[in-house]
Amino acid sequence: MPLFDAVRLALQTLRVQKLKSFFTLLGVTISVTFLIAVVSVVEGMSKYVEQDFAGKFLGVNTFNVRRFPDIQNDVTDLEWRAWQRRPRITPDDGEAIKAALPADARWAMQDLQWGQASSAFKTSGQQVLSMAVTPGYFGIKDLNITTGRIFNDQEDALGSNVVVIGSEIAEQYFPNLDPLGRELRINKFPFTVIGVLEKQGTVFGLNLDRQIMAPFHSYMSIITRARLNLYGVVVQASTPAAYPALQQTVREVMRKRHRLRPSEDDNFVLEGSDTALAQWLTIKKFLVLAGMFLPAIGLVVGAIVIMNIMLVAVAERTREIGIRMSIGARRRDILRQFLIESATLSVVGAILGIVLGIGLSKGVAAVSPLPAAVAPWSILLAVTVGAGVGIIAGAYPASRASKLDPIFAMRQE
Amino acid sequence: MNETNLDAPIGATAERKVVLQSPGQAPDPKWVIVTRGIKREYDMGGEVVRALRGVDLAISRNEYVAIMGPSGSGKSTLMNVIGCLDTPNAGEYWLNGTLVSSMSDDALARVRNKEIGFVFQTFNLLPRATALHNVELPLVYAGIPSDERKKRAKEALARVQLDHRMDHRPNELSGGQRQRVAIARALVNRPSILLADEPTGNLDSQTSEEIMRVFEELATQGQTVIMVTHEPDIASHARRVIVLRDGEVATDDRREQFTQRLGM
Repeated sequence: MPLFDAVRLALQTLRVQKLKSFFTLLGVTISVTFLIAVVSVVEGMSKYVEQDFAGKFLGVNTFNVRRFPDIQNDVTDLEWRAWQRRPRITPDDGEAIKAALPADARWAMQDLQWGQASSAFKTSGQQVLSMAVTPGYFGIKDLNITTGRIFNDQEDALGSNVVVIGSEIAEQYFPNLDPLGRELRINKFPFTVIGVLEKQGTVFGLNLDRQIMAPFHSYMSIITRARLNLYGVVVQASTPAAYPALQQTVREVMRKRHRLRPSEDDNFVLEGSDTALAQWLTIKKFLVLAGMFLPAIGLVVGAIVIMNIMLVAVAERTREIGIRMSIGARRRDILRQFLIESATLSVVGAILGIVLGIGLSKGVAAVSPLPAAVAPWSILLAVTVGAGVGIIAGAYPASRASKLDPIFAMRQE
Repeated sequence: MNETNLDAPIGATAERKVVLQSPGQAPDPKWVIVTRGIKREYDMGGEVVRALRGVDLAISRNEYVAIMGPSGSGKSTLMNVIGCLDTPNAGEYWLNGTLVSSMSDDALARVRNKEIGFVFQTFNLLPRATALHNVELPLVYAGIPSDERKKRAKEALARVQLDHRMDHRPNELSGGQRQRVAIARALVNRPSILLADEPTGNLDSQTSEEIMRVFEELATQGQTVIMVTHEPDIASHARRVIVLRDGEVATDDRREQFTQRLGM
């Protein structure tokens, strides 16, 4: 019997017995719904973490040369004390790295400190993330200016006390005013505002619109104490392919400057989105596994229900099986018919589950801050799993049907 | 007794004797069915029931045969064996020149599909399928493409004057119409034999006559028809009547001889 006929027959059965089919499919549908929803939410979070966090906070294809990691997971006291004994990263290290870089790589020095801002219009408030950066920083972080301009290399070299401010700082400290040319004091030291950054939003609770940047060689580096220990030297590769070689170049420069012997470990860290996200990727793997394991239990239950229903169907349709055999159905035709029927049932359940799952994840995204991104592979997986569950659940009933004796079967009522 | 009876129906005694008494040899193509010493025994909880105790039959192409017998005579078992639904424990069954008594399940399914058209007492139509779809079903298992299937199923329904009701389900049809759908289904794959098991058992006498006219017409057109029944007046429609008793052929007559003996 051709596949198409068997599928049509199965759908016809579904249509005739709506309520029974509904209960039959419930297990598979619910499992698939949650499979899709959980995977969507995890994928959404993942996209958020990998793009927003890694992109905005760390930069694309970018790593930071640091004394120890900024993003830390499970640090023991022992490690912490070892880190404190490490040599500091200095502006001289930054310059040495710059000298060693290929022409297509981008470079910047960055230091930061929480500072107290004040202006003629607002004298106190929450602390402001104050940075001393070289001009290359804006390009690496893809920071855009809405009004004014960024500072240039000359201003940096001269140590001009100018500042580029986040959009929220502009609103709060210069309400309804053009902030350009006005004075913003950081820890009581005056800077002239020359540009306002585009609105960026919040990443992991860090409000990116509450940061300000001044030239690295300006007075800001005194505020941030950059000369004692630099927060980081930022290096960006032009392409992902160039990234590992660039890390190697920088590592060699730093090892040379720190006079490390080949047997000694690095006493600095090259922190990129890959290392920062290592922990997240572990969490994600676990979440996806958990998100699939729980629906898997549901699927087992769903499979048992389908098996029962198929056994009932075989019993109810014993006579039909006999008739089919009498007019030439082979045992394998009967086997196929019932396998396709249970697979169709199960796939219909899975498709319902996919629709509900997409709906659920959109709902979750709408009422909670959790983003949702429906993963195409999860839909494919759901359909495959649906068909698989149907075939496995249908195997025993179908094999029973195919082993019936046609004479006996036709005598059944 | 057997001698005269055997030779009576078609009047070719010597020929029939030869074909029945040459075991292991494929019969001449004119014989649609040749059984040689067919035995069928069932084990019913330790007790062996000998349903067929050695049946010799030779039925040639275009014959219209009734198989009669009281209940327990083995006529249902014989019909199942002839219809390839059951296999004998011993003996040879040649259908259309092929030895089917030793075939596998799948091969038997193929034979049922191609060579045999069943008509049952209880019609045995699929309740949820339309008349057309019921008639199409043997063609589905024969692997015929959909368009061709529809065309041939409509032709078969037209042969039994039911082409105007092909979209009806069995429960929307009368008993006689259902049986005609079943006959159309039996004919649709152009089988070598039409095998009817008490085809009028569930029908009133008027409808029975109607169905018997269909069989008569098919027989006239050259279709081999074998009909199992326990009603003498139904059997007397056939040109040849075989009576079974205790799993053996008791008489094998022309219709005239049969009706004469019964005093009909």
